[in-house]
Amino acid sequence: MIRFEHVTKTYAKTDKPALSDVSIDVAKGEFVFLVGQSGSGKSTFLRLVLREEKASSGTIHVAGKDLGTLSNWKVPELRKQVGTVFQDFRLLPNKTVFENVAFALHVLGHTKKEIAREVPEIVELVGLAEKLDRRPGELSGGEQQRVAIARAYVSRPAILIADEPTGNLDPGTSIGIMKLLDRINREGTTVVMATHDSSIVDQMRKRVIELESGHVIRDQVRGVYGYTG
Amino acid sequence: MRAGFVMSEVGIGLRRNLTMTFAVVITVAISLSLLGIGLLSNSQVRTMKDYWYDKIEVSIFLCGPLSETPSCAGGPVTAEQRLEIQQDLQELPVVQTVYYESQSEAYQRFQERFKDSAIAQNVTVDQLPESFRVKLKDPTEFAVVESAFSGRPGVDVVQDQRAILEKFFSLLNVLRDGALVIGLASVLTAALLISNTLRIAAYNRRRETTVMKLVGASSFSIQLPFLLEGLFAAIVGWGISTGILSGLKYVVDDRVAPLLTFTNFFTWNDVWVASAYLLITGVVVSGFASILTLRKYLKV
Repeated sequence: MIRFEHVTKTYAKTDKPALSDVSIDVAKGEFVFLVGQSGSGKSTFLRLVLREEKASSGTIHVAGKDLGTLSNWKVPELRKQVGTVFQDFRLLPNKTVFENVAFALHVLGHTKKEIAREVPEIVELVGLAEKLDRRPGELSGGEQQRVAIARAYVSRPAILIADEPTGNLDPGTSIGIMKLLDRINREGTTVVMATHDSSIVDQMRKRVIELESGHVIRDQVRGVYGYTG
Repeated sequence: MRAGFVMSEVGIGLRRNLTMTFAVVITVAISLSLLGIGLLSNSQVRTMKDYWYDKIEVSIFLCGPLSETPSCAGGPVTAEQRLEIQQDLQELPVVQTVYYESQSEAYQRFQERFKDSAIAQNVTVDQLPESFRVKLKDPTEFAVVESAFSGRPGVDVVQDQRAILEKFFSLLNVLRDGALVIGLASVLTAALLISNTLRIAAYNRRRETTVMKLVGASSFSIQLPFLLEGLFAAIVGWGISTGILSGLKYVVDDRVAPLLTFTNFFTWNDVWVASAYLLITGVVVSGFASILTLRKYLKV
């Protein structure tokens, strides 16, 4: 589903590569934790998957597309297949929960009828059926992240990218979010989650890829966060 | 994206940025009006040229007792010379009509033109020269007549009225060019304002555009609402500017035309043609300003 082959990414005006000769293969339906300190290359990895950046060398395939040869106007096609969730939720503060999720479907050209059917369904899945008419400001952090996940997942992407989704949440709330991501993964979506949260990684026992200074230093099938905790 | 959704986004954008929208509309209206005034002054100069060139003549003044040019050294024009000149004139292909003005006709015309002036009383019939009034098929062919008759015995001066008008028209052309330059400069200002406004709008809505980008909206669908906002402002501004030009036409017809009877004025048709050009200018300029700005600030 995601395949990196000898990928190096060097940003302009820097000598040291952010990613250096990285080869990773993530199969369809996998759940992968991406761990490592700030500056280890996690964000660069995710930006490359979304083609917000292009690799300096090496090849990247995502959802069957070669990102090196993918033309700019086809990038939206790629992003329709990759849902994204962020630490800061990125919800629209003036819109209700319903409107926030519906916004994604509007952008993708769904009809009002389809939207009226699909949005409540997905909002129920994330456990916010009672709060369709609330605005983000009236929700807790965990609830806001659930809305963000609903928005990312409503178009049923093949891949879900989560960049520190629990970074702003307390441990109890985080567990709820992880359960939700796990459920989405069990429905067949490939999930890649970048995180600093060692307890979550240790509990979930999923594949762990650790990056350090742009190199993959560990790729374990049922890993834990790391020996330094 | 559905049209309804795009329109609701455009509406939100225009309302959220109401004062800027207003500023853009007014700037576009004023700049297009200035450009329109430039276009109408062009029409006006053309109308005046048509009006005057249709009336002007080449005058061939014949030698009288007071003439001092070398070709008049032989004294006043003789009857034979006059006849020969007239025949030669009528044979020239560029000549449309030839009219002979005798001294007494010249005197009458003089009296009429200067009837309120003291000078009319001091002129006698024999002081005014007799002349041929020649109308050319093409008023710019004056040189042909001049080379054929200037310096010929019996001919005092060959005078082209167009030469007098040309000075007047070259002044008008300068004024017209000035009006067009001011108009174009203000259109450029409007383009810069549209560009700046869209940049602010794009910044204000960066949350929305980021989300659109992430869920897989194309560049076009992200930029479309902004583009439509720019076009909306341009078209409303154009409507106002056409109103202003129509107002100008009313004032000219109602107030100016009765006072200045020596010329025609631009027509309603000229106003509509100018308005069509303004619409094209407004749409193209705002479109270009928008697309260039949005390409820079709303990349996917």
